[in-house]
Amino acid sequence: MTPPTPSAAAPLEVTDDSIVASPPPSTHKGSESRSPGRLAWTRFKRDRTGVISAYIVIFFFVVAIAAPLIAKLYGKDPYTTYASQRPDLLNAFSYPAGPNGGMSSEFWFGIEPQLGRDVFTFLLYAIRNSLGIAVAASLLTMFFGIVIGVTAGYLGGKTDYLVGRVIDILLSFPSTLFFIAFMPVVYSFFVADDDNIPTGLRAASLIIVLSFFGWATIARLLRGQVLGLRVREFVEAAKVTGASPRRIVFKELLPNLWTPIIIQFTLLLPAYVTAEAGLSFLGVGMIDPTPDWGVMIARGAQFYTEDFTFMLFPGLSMVIFVLAFNLLGDSVRDALDPKSKR
Amino acid sequence: MFRFLVRRVFGALVILLIISAVTFWLFYAVPRDPATMSCGKNCTPDMLAQIRHNLGIDHPIPVQYWDWLKGIFVGRDYAGFGHCDAPCLGYSFANREPVLGTILDRLPLTLSLAFGSAAVFLVFGIGTGMLAAVKQGKWQDKVASSASLVASSMQIYFVGYLAMYLLVAKLGILDNPSYTPLTENPGAWASGLLLPWLVLALIWTANYTRMTRSQLVETLSEDYVRTARAKGLSRANVFFRFAWRGAMGPIVTIFGIDLATLIGGAIITESVFSLQGVGRLAVQSVDKSDLPMLLGVTVLSAGAIVIFNIVVDAVYALIDPRIRLA
Repeated sequence: MTPPTPSAAAPLEVTDDSIVASPPPSTHKGSESRSPGRLAWTRFKRDRTGVISAYIVIFFFVVAIAAPLIAKLYGKDPYTTYASQRPDLLNAFSYPAGPNGGMSSEFWFGIEPQLGRDVFTFLLYAIRNSLGIAVAASLLTMFFGIVIGVTAGYLGGKTDYLVGRVIDILLSFPSTLFFIAFMPVVYSFFVADDDNIPTGLRAASLIIVLSFFGWATIARLLRGQVLGLRVREFVEAAKVTGASPRRIVFKELLPNLWTPIIIQFTLLLPAYVTAEAGLSFLGVGMIDPTPDWGVMIARGAQFYTEDFTFMLFPGLSMVIFVLAFNLLGDSVRDALDPKSKR
Repeated sequence: MFRFLVRRVFGALVILLIISAVTFWLFYAVPRDPATMSCGKNCTPDMLAQIRHNLGIDHPIPVQYWDWLKGIFVGRDYAGFGHCDAPCLGYSFANREPVLGTILDRLPLTLSLAFGSAAVFLVFGIGTGMLAAVKQGKWQDKVASSASLVASSMQIYFVGYLAMYLLVAKLGILDNPSYTPLTENPGAWASGLLLPWLVLALIWTANYTRMTRSQLVETLSEDYVRTARAKGLSRANVFFRFAWRGAMGPIVTIFGIDLATLIGGAIITESVFSLQGVGRLAVQSVDKSDLPMLLGVTVLSAGAIVIFNIVVDAVYALIDPRIRLA
């Protein structure tokens, strides 16, 4: 975690991996050396908004990971249509019989209109699936962005030119439109008919399509950074001493790129959460009965005038998650790069 | 300036060519035959061949692409539809309507949505951003900054329904979203689109508030602004003629790209408000495997993006004398 430093000598000192795994720093400002990573951590801990948002984000991830456990303790699952066993749960118009969308001590977040599924467990699994897809897509996007961007910037010349043009073209694609047009193509690579697409394949296709269009922005940014770093003295020095290109990329360049990489990741993840939900909302991503934020909102849209409570849960939880993550991202940016103004 | 335009327009054409070719190739990567789909149950090979011939898809894919390209510039003769005049984008596989006509039918709605909401979010976004920058660190700044952060975390597919539920279904203050052509009845046009404008603007304003604020804060601390102040120019004069002009460049850039995106079809927005614009058309053409329509919308959307990119770069150079067009 090395913020770009004006002095060329600094990066050579911080190539050690142990910085990232360093123990929590002590608060006293003693004679002990303070690495940039530690400085950033100290700055972050002082930012109250950042710390609170971090807790909220961690809460969402804990809920996502522990969803099966929570559902088990709670005693319900997101697929059973409880109303078909107990018709008293829904009224004559197939809307929840109880007030507030049928919220009760038994069904904490109420009951889904028409099918009568349990909203609480459905939301738990929706968070789990949506976050899982968004995290996987973000990691894959970052991976391609880093590999392509650093390669283009480091090699330069024809490779750089070619990659630059590909990025230009990708960024001119109308992205939402292409997400929609692309999904059937990805499916057709794996299954013959598109009526029976396994859930796993849908998730995998979403991840592939999101990363395919996402890497370009990351690659362009990192390429620019590498162009600047490549001509610096410490890289020249490494070259002169006979370091292999691999060593230069991993030991000299990459440690200086962690700040932009982390910052881009904090911007990418919430964007992917909302993009994935948007595609599922349009019916080209995950589909009912797979729990998903977008699927829930699409369901809620069918009866929002009669039972808005159902839509409040996916809608509000998503706004809270995205807001907390954006705030966390801002704090991380401030901590890593205190000179930046926003 | 002239050389810049020639070079960029040429580059834009190349990009459009590649995007349309990719769309073409992608469409045929899916094992789905438009002729079989429209042939029905009692389909004989002869009928299939006849449909293919009528639609102009009885050639290899590269030839079909070449025919499609040629159609745009010199028109095209279809066995099934007769002659199609010069900017010919073909006929829909799904309902046999001309593609260009259908897109032109849908475009006024999409343009109304785009320009209407853009007017609202530009005025509000830049206004609040200026206020926040001038009152930096005071309560106005804090309110504007945190409100914009909350608004930018909201999604149209939640806020849109929330607004329709509260303002239309519960309180009845606004009309259900609908589209009446501006030329037909300006009052109905505005009242039908008011809700989508406001909801889109709510979400997009936030970006402009944050951007305007950070740009202005930066330029206000520049040396040339201090110099202008030191020369004794009035505060307002310095603010608008020096600081604002320097801050505007990046905002114009983002605005151009946003507007292009909106013109290309606010797909989710149109779905939420059940408006039949270009965005919905795109989704429907994917559902129905309607290649000519999909190609038409794609070229329109990508065209909007590349054209606005050129315009934005040119405008940037006009605003900011430090930028030179190359």
